[in-house]
Amino acid sequence: MNSMIKTEHLQFAYHTEGEEAIKFVLDDIDITVSPGEFVAVLGHNGCGKSTLAKQFNGLLLPTGGTVYIDAMDTKQEENYWDIRKAVGMVFQNPDNQIVATVVEEDVAFAPENLGIPSQEIKKRVDESLKTVGMYELRHHAPHLLSGGQKQRVAIAGAIAMNPKCIVFDEPTAMLDPKGRKEVIETILKLKNEKKMTVVLITHYMDEAVQADRVIVMDRGKVLRDDTPRNIFQEVRFLKGLGLDVPQVTELCYLLSKAGIPLRHDVLTVEECAEELMKLL
Amino acid sequence: MLKDITLGQYFPVNSSLHRLDPRTKIILLIFLIVAIFLANNPASYILVTAFTLLMIGLSGVPLKMYLRGLKPIWFVIIFTAVLNIFLTPGTKIYAWGYETPMTWEGLFLAGKMALRLVLLITASSALTYTTSPIALTDGIEKLLKPFSKLGLPTYELAMMMSIAIRFIPTLIEETEKIMKAQKARGADFENGSILRRVKALAPMLVPLFISAFRRADELAIAMESRCYQGGAVRTRLHEIRFRKQDAWAMVIFLLFFAALITLKMFF
Repeated sequence: MNSMIKTEHLQFAYHTEGEEAIKFVLDDIDITVSPGEFVAVLGHNGCGKSTLAKQFNGLLLPTGGTVYIDAMDTKQEENYWDIRKAVGMVFQNPDNQIVATVVEEDVAFAPENLGIPSQEIKKRVDESLKTVGMYELRHHAPHLLSGGQKQRVAIAGAIAMNPKCIVFDEPTAMLDPKGRKEVIETILKLKNEKKMTVVLITHYMDEAVQADRVIVMDRGKVLRDDTPRNIFQEVRFLKGLGLDVPQVTELCYLLSKAGIPLRHDVLTVEECAEELMKLL
Repeated sequence: MLKDITLGQYFPVNSSLHRLDPRTKIILLIFLIVAIFLANNPASYILVTAFTLLMIGLSGVPLKMYLRGLKPIWFVIIFTAVLNIFLTPGTKIYAWGYETPMTWEGLFLAGKMALRLVLLITASSALTYTTSPIALTDGIEKLLKPFSKLGLPTYELAMMMSIAIRFIPTLIEETEKIMKAQKARGADFENGSILRRVKALAPMLVPLFISAFRRADELAIAMESRCYQGGAVRTRLHEIRFRKQDAWAMVIFLLFFAALITLKMFF
């Protein structure tokens, strides 16, 4: 099976004039994302994770190495639109990615750009809005919606292109807990029901726990690429990078350090409760 | 306070004026404005007023809304009326001092000017009340289309307009936030001389501009990742179409216009 996203020795540096030493924002990154997979990318601020996201649909092009999206090289100009169509993007600030004054019109933006006939656009818009649960509000003005609702409109806008993969660049960073929950539920729905490939860039650990795989980045390099269970066992390592671990994982880690026999790879509240029950 | 400003003032009901093609409405409004200026005798004024009232009726928007739209210009109307009444030479009605008597001619001119202003504003409001900003920009884009051959970027202009409309509420919200933040740190926007108040605005405008640029940057990236490539191949969710009712509107308007010209010539 083809990989959805594949990077080979990916390097990237922003152009800074007058500076001699080139500082790589991304340095020798080799990762693969398979179709249908849900991958979370974790890292501290400025570790290059947003830059990495922009490599995935050709918004930024590699300085060195190659990025393949669905076997298409992002550096080849003729692949430009096919890559954009294959990978939808959702960004952090919901206000700054909504183009139109009506929800429905905004979701239609991408298919309109692709020159799809009106009938088909209508179908796609309705379908996308139903998927994210915003169909009832399709005639509303976006600026009157809550943060979570706006972000779901943005997601609908991305899936209206019928992409194979969606890259989320910290989609919940500006939302309240309720909005975060709505967005995460929508992401899981896309993965489970629509079988979409999902790349989620985040610094919330409880979101990363739900992924199939977690990639930990620091200073432009990939440090770990493993299942959430294996990654979050390394509490000391993550803390050293300025990252957190899920609260329950930390609890079990501290308890076991204090000499209480507990598993290290506890990720959810339910698992933690079960482990503690065993002790009692 | 800032949130009360509504631009475009779209009033969403389903009326026969709402259903017209925006292009029809824009063109007819332009000609109606011409008609208002062409009117020169009582008969033609009555006709133009009647037609405007008919439009108000057809728009399905309550009269109250139109009166509200006139609010900001009441002062202008009264001011010009007073000037006209006293400064037009002619048959004296009453004079307080030596100069500038109140005249019959002035009274008529004042009435005409006031009626003209009211009709102009009402007719324009009828367009913005019955046409959503999107339909309006679509209509303008389509009407300007012939000029794109001369190098006018019509599609880009329409896109710019609709993005501007889209961001008005967002930027207003942001302004309020910044004002509150500055007030919390002791900024004073309400007291002092005008000069002082203008100066107090500077620390508010700078962050507003910076954030607007940041927003523009992010929006551009978001648009690009949604395959934005200019107007060349673009299709629309709701294509605007010229339908039978538009033809009827045109016919009715032409009849009105013909009647107006007749009244102007023979009375």
